[in-house]
Amino acid sequence: MVPKKADPDSRSRLVLRRFLRRRLAVAGLFLVALFFVFAYLGPFVYKWQYNQLDFQAFLQPPSSEHWFGTTQNGFDMLALTMRGMQKSLIIGLIGAVLSTGIAAVAGAAAGYFSGWTDRVTIALIDLLLVLPSFLIIAILSPVFSGRTWLVFVLLLSAFQWMITARVVRSMTLSMKEREFVYAARFTGVSNWKIIVRHILPNMSSFLIIDATINVSSLILSEVGLSFFGFGVQPPDISLGTLINDHWQSASTPNGYQFYLPAFLLILLVLAVNLVGDGLRDALDPNAGIGGDR
Amino acid sequence: MTAQPLLEVSNLSVTFPSEAGPVAAVRSLSYHIMPGEVLGIVGESGSGKSVSSLAVMGLLPSRAKITGSIRFKGAELLGQSDKDLSTIRGRRISMIFQDPLSALTPVFTVGDQIAEAVLIHQKLSGHAAMDRAVELLELVGIPNPRQRASAFPHEFSGGMRQRAMIAMAIANDPELIIADEPTTALDVTIQAQILETLEKARETTGAAIIMITHDLGVIAGAADRVTVMYAGKPVETGAIDDVFYQPRMPYTLGLLGSIPRLDMAERQPLTPIEGSPPSLINLPRGCPFTPRCPMRIEKCEQVEPELVVLNASGAGHAAACHRSNEIEQQNLKSTDIFPAPVIGEPEVGAVPRAQREAVLELRDLVKHFPLVKGAILRRRVGTVFAVDGISLDIREGETLGLVGESGCGKTTTIMEILNLTTPASGRIVVFGKDTAGMTAQDRFAVREDLSVVFQDPQASLDPRMPVSSILAEPLETHGVPAGERTARIEELLQIVGLRAEHMSRYPQEFSGGQRQRVGIARALALKPRLVVLDEPVSALDVSIRAGVINLLEKLRMDLGLAYLFVAHDLSVVRHIADRVAVMYLGKIAEIGEVNRVFSLPAHPYTQALLSAIPLPDPRKERARRRIILKGDIPNPSDPPSGCRFRTRCQKFAGELNDQQRQRCIDEEPLLTAQNGPEGDHLAACHYAESYAVLDDVGGK
Amino acid sequence: MGRFLLRRLAYLIVLVVIATAATYLLAAVALNPRSNFEGRNPPPPPEVVDARLDELNLNDKTPITDRFTRWVSGLVRSDLGLTVDGGSVNDEMGRRVWVSLRLLLIGSLLGTLAGVAAGAYSAVKQYNFSDHAITLVSFVILSVNTVVLAVFLANAGTSFNNAVGNRVVYNTGEYSPGLEAWTSEGIVDRLKHLILPSLVLVLQGFAFYSRYQRNSMLDVLGSDFVRTAQAKGLRRSRALIKHALRTALIPMGTFFAYQFALIFIGSIFVEKIFTWHGMGEWFVQSIQKNDVNATAAIGMFVAILVLIAGFLSDVVTVALDPRIRRS
Repeated sequence: MVPKKADPDSRSRLVLRRFLRRRLAVAGLFLVALFFVFAYLGPFVYKWQYNQLDFQAFLQPPSSEHWFGTTQNGFDMLALTMRGMQKSLIIGLIGAVLSTGIAAVAGAAAGYFSGWTDRVTIALIDLLLVLPSFLIIAILSPVFSGRTWLVFVLLLSAFQWMITARVVRSMTLSMKEREFVYAARFTGVSNWKIIVRHILPNMSSFLIIDATINVSSLILSEVGLSFFGFGVQPPDISLGTLINDHWQSASTPNGYQFYLPAFLLILLVLAVNLVGDGLRDALDPNAGIGGDR
Repeated sequence: MTAQPLLEVSNLSVTFPSEAGPVAAVRSLSYHIMPGEVLGIVGESGSGKSVSSLAVMGLLPSRAKITGSIRFKGAELLGQSDKDLSTIRGRRISMIFQDPLSALTPVFTVGDQIAEAVLIHQKLSGHAAMDRAVELLELVGIPNPRQRASAFPHEFSGGMRQRAMIAMAIANDPELIIADEPTTALDVTIQAQILETLEKARETTGAAIIMITHDLGVIAGAADRVTVMYAGKPVETGAIDDVFYQPRMPYTLGLLGSIPRLDMAERQPLTPIEGSPPSLINLPRGCPFTPRCPMRIEKCEQVEPELVVLNASGAGHAAACHRSNEIEQQNLKSTDIFPAPVIGEPEVGAVPRAQREAVLELRDLVKHFPLVKGAILRRRVGTVFAVDGISLDIREGETLGLVGESGCGKTTTIMEILNLTTPASGRIVVFGKDTAGMTAQDRFAVREDLSVVFQDPQASLDPRMPVSSILAEPLETHGVPAGERTARIEELLQIVGLRAEHMSRYPQEFSGGQRQRVGIARALALKPRLVVLDEPVSALDVSIRAGVINLLEKLRMDLGLAYLFVAHDLSVVRHIADRVAVMYLGKIAEIGEVNRVFSLPAHPYTQALLSAIPLPDPRKERARRRIILKGDIPNPSDPPSGCRFRTRCQKFAGELNDQQRQRCIDEEPLLTAQNGPEGDHLAACHYAESYAVLDDVGGK
Repeated sequence: MGRFLLRRLAYLIVLVVIATAATYLLAAVALNPRSNFEGRNPPPPPEVVDARLDELNLNDKTPITDRFTRWVSGLVRSDLGLTVDGGSVNDEMGRRVWVSLRLLLIGSLLGTLAGVAAGAYSAVKQYNFSDHAITLVSFVILSVNTVVLAVFLANAGTSFNNAVGNRVVYNTGEYSPGLEAWTSEGIVDRLKHLILPSLVLVLQGFAFYSRYQRNSMLDVLGSDFVRTAQAKGLRRSRALIKHALRTALIPMGTFFAYQFALIFIGSIFVEKIFTWHGMGEWFVQSIQKNDVNATAAIGMFVAILVLIAGFLSDVVTVALDPRIRRS
């Protein structure tokens, strides 16, 4: 029974206010920014490069010279981690934008146009869901090794968009019946203009949150695939390849090689998830009305 | 009368914390109710009426701050634990909510839920409780109660669900029933049934009823005393006749004067109340009604008036206004206080109807939908005969009202027209052009002259676009050059009574009435000839409706528009329309000039419809003879044979003999003229007989 | 109803068929079993290699259509062909499915139950300490990917053993060699091997379900029918348990169904790190070993699982939600 107030703030300012109120979410955002700086600016600042060998320090634990220690071959762990993080960040970001983008267009088209467009899209979605994505990417990865790993990102995205597309589709179906869409149709606005101008912007909250979730999903997918040697291929480095290379040493005194990049990976994913959670609360503050009555 | 009040609420205040500040939803509300009495609490959105009743039941969220006193039979309820209150809830005080679909748990059967109400408070076996549930279902008038008890809520119709809720509420013979907008979500004829059921429940249990609603007509017929709330506070209270015939607070006066009356033949302009109800955050000092009150004085802005008993009125009649004594002494009416706009007749009206051009013609329009069941396995199991052959026409400058209850097909009809589709059968002719032959370009061209205003102001404007973009869209789509658009948008905003500088705002920043005006502005952007309006005022607060209705009339006069006005609120239709068509289950039951149809309806359905609509006039309400229809509106996928109305028809059930009934079963009645062979008042009934329903005072 | 159930089933089967064929063709084209033989030292003569490849239906010189036909004809007879080592795919799969099942069943079930309970509790007691604690823990666990979690637990197990002085938990393999399966000693031994990997599953299941159940419950808690239940006289906690929980389970049904059918997929990491010889391990190995037939068989297996998951989720939703049931 709480009436709406005539809010002079614009909507984005309101969202920003809500987001900033969640300290954890802000911390997450800060961390993500920090990781970007770490990964991309770090190599300019730090002494060692990822492909430099230090012949005087094989398998050394962290020291003032090598902050994260060195590997068996003499590579600096910190430099490797920074390089790996670059990959992970890019994979996460590009992949998320791609997969959410595909999902939005496909889902909206299916929901809005119905008929054959809908049926074909759903069949495609169902087919891609049934295909074992891990298997296919794994099988294909050696084929694409040597080429740019961006194709790998494309593949990852190609298997990530389906469930989101289904949700976009059902949201479109209900939004299609909303009166402002009818108003636009009866004015004579063309269909794609309606989708782009009216339908997708009204799902933006969901799409943003979904993109954020996709970032962490894709980062983790890459780690999973690289763990078995299927994802990023040498000589490229990612957090996944690092974990793959060093997990067996986790129980040894050289475990720092595993734990340090693993820890940073966890932090990164945690930070992204915090941002996503904060965004969700800021954009759709309806969760949390329950509780005691 | 020295009996103790059943419930006594004193200085009840409820405040909610919110992002923008504390919301004072209820401010110092006091009322009492005696055993067996019916108290009406009337108010619009934001008045605090629902919150106050939830406070009585102890069902507000824990973040709500509640102060004051609620005494039930002398015992204080505020501050009691959930455990103690739950012994009272459902047993001594029960509640009926507004939307029965969401108010019933979807995963349990109706019988189980009613039995649960019994089992919580009485030590019975499961069987005995279910028997009692069936007994209650029968009491509230549900046919085949034992079978229906094992059905789920979604399998019931709206009216049935509400009856089930009433059954649940009376399961333990409560002493007080709180009914929160019990009929708002229901069709008019169903509403009449439910009000009758409530009355029966009251007689059976002897309970007192608190009836909360925004509908003054419902209150007039049901309540003994009434309290009017505004901005969280009671502003007038008293016996029902006192408040309705001698209101002493400007808000009440304005409210009563702004409601279109079903029984008035003259098209009097409505007295609108300017502005809208205030936000409850940071309420300014003084009387909250001040910005909208034509009688305001300086004192009103500084001191909030107390509820003071008036001198000369009946006992207990109190009003919260600094000038209520003045109103009383001079016996002011709403027309004295509120300036009534003068709206003339459109020029076109001078030309007789038959000579004017037809902007819209429907000939035997048919639209069927496949009936698809199952959310997962969608399959066709039948056909919904949404629109099954209707014919009507609208002339230039004319307003046709299309009325009917759910399932009658009025929404489908306008959708067909607006889509400009080739109909499954029949013809749609818009501005002289048949839709059947239209190409996409033809349709695009027609859309300049045809526009629409939708019901829900919240949903009809894209929340992501500022008003300027919303209004620019039709202009841009039809090629108005960019330079001219801004000027036109300013012009449009001014026409509908908004300010031009508002164009950069977003819809959420406007009130409901203002949003609807934006919707109207959008509809006028391309200078249409015919505007289709789908329930344009039903989603608005009562005090705001008058302003929008007046605006629509003025626009019609100034711009020479024709309207196709769809509504379920017949009083609005009577006020604004020239002609009216009454639809039932996909067919037109009656059509004709509005005054004629309303004062002398011929079809039994129209008669029942008019009879069911409550009038905000307590004496008339008490005296009226009501026609209560039996049963629910049939499913449009399975309409009765012959005359579709026969299953509920009061004539069929009452007056006709068997032979006549057989004709109703076998033969579908066609529209025939009621006022002479060339007359334009048509009704589709074999035994149509006009009589003045609204004046029928046979006594209860 | 029956006819349409069949139609839906047919549609899904067509999808599975396409997926399976696609997997086989992809595997046959992209993988190179010949390299297994050529990589040996000394490399066997080409005719021997060819002969062996023909036997296994893995010869890349044979046209793909021929190999495919041969595989399909075997499939129709329920014979999934031979692995790259010469063993029977059927046998291998039969064995490994059970291993995975033993690994996953207890952990998943426990994780799900704990998660649902925690989620429901968390939603009811919203914003008090335990809610925050559960949310935080779940959040962190969900941010830790399976590999790191498993490795961490494996090492934690070793440390635990050292601290206690006894080998209480094992982090390698399914059982200690030499012990009979069904003796009390054998069972205890297996359980000891099961603890750590199950812990991974329990933690992950807990984290996932507690979050989703909490959200689902919160959506329902504000519902009108909960208020009605209270208005009837039910105490708040009772109203929540009886009405809200039951309704909140409806959307969860889809999750349960999908998880139940897809647990095998999730096992790939756990099996590698804890060295269990189940489907997950085979999944990866068959790709690494260029085992076309095995890969195709696993692809089909996964596709069928997804089919079952989808179908099961429909059935569960219908069972839980009367609004969909009686149409």
